[in-house]
Amino acid sequence: MSLLSLEDVRTDIGQYAVLHCISLEVPEGGVFVLLGRNGAGKTTTLRSIMGLWRPKAGAIRFQGEVISGLHTAEIARKGIAYVPENMGIFGGLTVEENLVLATEKGKFDPDRLARIYGLFPALEQFWTKQAWSLSGGQKQMLAVARAIVEPRALILIDEPTKGLAPSIVAAMAEAFRDIARTTTILLVEQNFHFAKSLGRDMAVIEDGRVVHSGTMAGFAADAELQNRLLGLAT
Amino acid sequence: MAKQDTTGARAVKIAVFLIAALLLFAPFLFQDVRALEVAARICIFIVLVASYDLLIGYTGIVSFAHTMFFGFGSYGAAIALKQMGPGWDAVALGALAGAAVSLVVAVAIGLVSLRVKAIFFAMITLAAASVALVLASQLSHLTGGEDGITYRAPDLFKPATKLLTDADGKVVEWFGVKLNGKIAAYYFVFTSALILFAVMFRLTVSPLGTVLVAIRENEARAEAIGYRVVAYRTFVFCASALVASLAGSVYAVWLKYTGPDTALSFAIMIDILLMVVIGGMGTMWGAVVGAVLMVMAQYYLRDLMGAASEALAGVPLLPDLLNPDRWLFWLGIIFILLVYFFPKGIVGTIMQKGART
Repeated sequence: MSLLSLEDVRTDIGQYAVLHCISLEVPEGGVFVLLGRNGAGKTTTLRSIMGLWRPKAGAIRFQGEVISGLHTAEIARKGIAYVPENMGIFGGLTVEENLVLATEKGKFDPDRLARIYGLFPALEQFWTKQAWSLSGGQKQMLAVARAIVEPRALILIDEPTKGLAPSIVAAMAEAFRDIARTTTILLVEQNFHFAKSLGRDMAVIEDGRVVHSGTMAGFAADAELQNRLLGLAT
Repeated sequence: MAKQDTTGARAVKIAVFLIAALLLFAPFLFQDVRALEVAARICIFIVLVASYDLLIGYTGIVSFAHTMFFGFGSYGAAIALKQMGPGWDAVALGALAGAAVSLVVAVAIGLVSLRVKAIFFAMITLAAASVALVLASQLSHLTGGEDGITYRAPDLFKPATKLLTDADGKVVEWFGVKLNGKIAAYYFVFTSALILFAVMFRLTVSPLGTVLVAIRENEARAEAIGYRVVAYRTFVFCASALVASLAGSVYAVWLKYTGPDTALSFAIMIDILLMVVIGGMGTMWGAVVGAVLMVMAQYYLRDLMGAASEALAGVPLLPDLLNPDRWLFWLGIIFILLVYFFPKGIVGTIMQKGART
């Protein structure tokens, strides 16, 4: 049984159908990468899973349970964390307050906190600083740290490398590898080299439909397929 | 690791501490009836503005029904004191009744309309406040209509009441001030305001306060990490309404008169809004500074302008410009200048001074 499955999910935004009967199986463990051109429906897929956009048809199952009718907050409490494209941090709160918000009882598990400090040392350094004053990379670190401050079964991450310096992207890749040892990651990414270095399984979305799915190794080896589906130069 | 104060934040806290000290010793420092009236009004408005800031500043909810809840509390105490006589049982029952009505109305408005867009919610609260104002006017057998109700406060607050007497049975004086019922009434207002303010302050520095700020910044993000935004917004709306209602009851006991102008009018709502904006949204200290400045301006700007006008009698144009009758015009100018130079309110702007980025 897969960890997450989308069965013929259709999501409309206003009068426009963005996802057309999308079906996807995300297995447990590792990084599952969702690829596609701009406007293909990748972000809408993640937002539909989180309940931020309500699917008009189809079903979304998480650990065998249908979650597509649930409220966003309930979906989050089922063990799904979401790191949106714009990082989704709260600028008016400190680093500590941003992380406390995501804890269940308002207290940190010391082991998890130590792991966060290990992955993202900058967060410890700027612990009492307001989040708006962090750099882009630090904000992204905070957004990812918030997703792992409690045990989660699945983390949805939307374009985490967008606008980041190469050194930060490398650090982020290391962090994702570490996180993926214990938590499944569903990653939406435009940077194919970054995605290729992390992904175990993948799918390509085009015009709101899954047009290809398989292993990342297989897709990475097929230059013609990459060119056809993503427009990558061979 | 605790959050470090900026130099601006320290300055604000010192200023608020001084204001609190002045209010605490107001009956002994400013020995005239008007000054005590101003001090009591400041105490009440600090609570009222702080409770409104919980809504607009901390949670991002725009409501025009805040005076309605203040009015429920005022009329609750006023009607009970009128009907039952000047006893503490009447005060308690009236305050409880006002609070209960406020809670029921707040829950109803909150659950029905906090899901809708902010502008629609604001319109719904405006409509509810208008209905309350009309009802207060129409139900004249209970509320006294446009004339309002006058009543007596508990005996402890009568000016003739001697709180302490000497060997001759005369009322004791401290620093030239007679310890009579008026002093007791002031400290009833001061203590009630202090307790209500402390409760709200505790709420804002609790984990709940952090959630409220998160909701204000971005509802969808707050929901995506597991918070039911409607439930939190409804809770804050109810808590804010409850505090406003209790402040209304205390003010009714102090004034011994309740009418549409003192408890329900839109002029009070505008005053509250101005105080929040002048003080600074999203900070409890802002409520203190905003209320003090605005109430002081309302009471003393005319006097100040009159004195300035007389002092400048020989100068052309200025005495006419500073004519006390133009005080609202100058209040408007001062407000515009404050908004221009302190875009985040006085406290919000000062607290940022010395902030390290």
